[in-house]
Amino acid sequence: MTKAELTWTGEGATFPPMRDEHSKPSGRRWTVPIMIAATALLSGCISVSSPDKPIVIELNINIRQEVIYRLAKDADNTIKENADIF
Amino acid sequence: MSNVMKRVVLAGVAALMAVGGVAGTAYAQRDPAYEAARASGKVGEKMDGYLGIVGASTADLQRLVNDINIKRRAVYADKAQAANATMEEYAITAGCVAIARTVPGEKYQAPDGSWQTRTNAPPQRDSRCPA
Repeated sequence: MTKAELTWTGEGATFPPMRDEHSKPSGRRWTVPIMIAATALLSGCISVSSPDKPIVIELNINIRQEVIYRLAKDADNTIKENADIF
Repeated sequence: MSNVMKRVVLAGVAALMAVGGVAGTAYAQRDPAYEAARASGKVGEKMDGYLGIVGASTADLQRLVNDINIKRRAVYADKAQAANATMEEYAITAGCVAIARTVPGEKYQAPDGSWQTRTNAPPQRDSRCPA
């Protein structure tokens, strides 16, 4: 490209075809700033913080309830059969 | 009334009497002292499936409660093993049932641990208790 010599002597190239072929396409120029802006916006809306207490899942209660339901009929019979102590 | 009908009615009456007789003798009744302690609210049904003393304890009352709880414990241990459950699980289930079966005037332990007098309304029970 012989015409390139003109840009070296003149002002900086502003027209895309005249820019150096290794420079980034102009379409990506705003990608990083937009991502930063989006992140900033998101962090303004949703704040995610780790809980200060450990997460405890109380499986014990559900297991017990299931067991109690299973035993209910049996226990009812037991109480009727042992009416002297219930 | 025909002879056949008479025979059917007689058989029915006999069967009813037989069933009533069996039901009356199969299950032992509460000891009078235990029955009186329940009715007067001196003892109550606890959530854990055992009997508790509601007010002031006396030696006689303590002996009565211990005696029944030891027997209950033996029954729970036996039945829990048969049902492949722990004794505690079985006892809590029996507590749910025993509290549900209290009659108005008797005492029971509410989920907050306080003693309540059973009324005609359903008793306050642990949320894990079956309906």
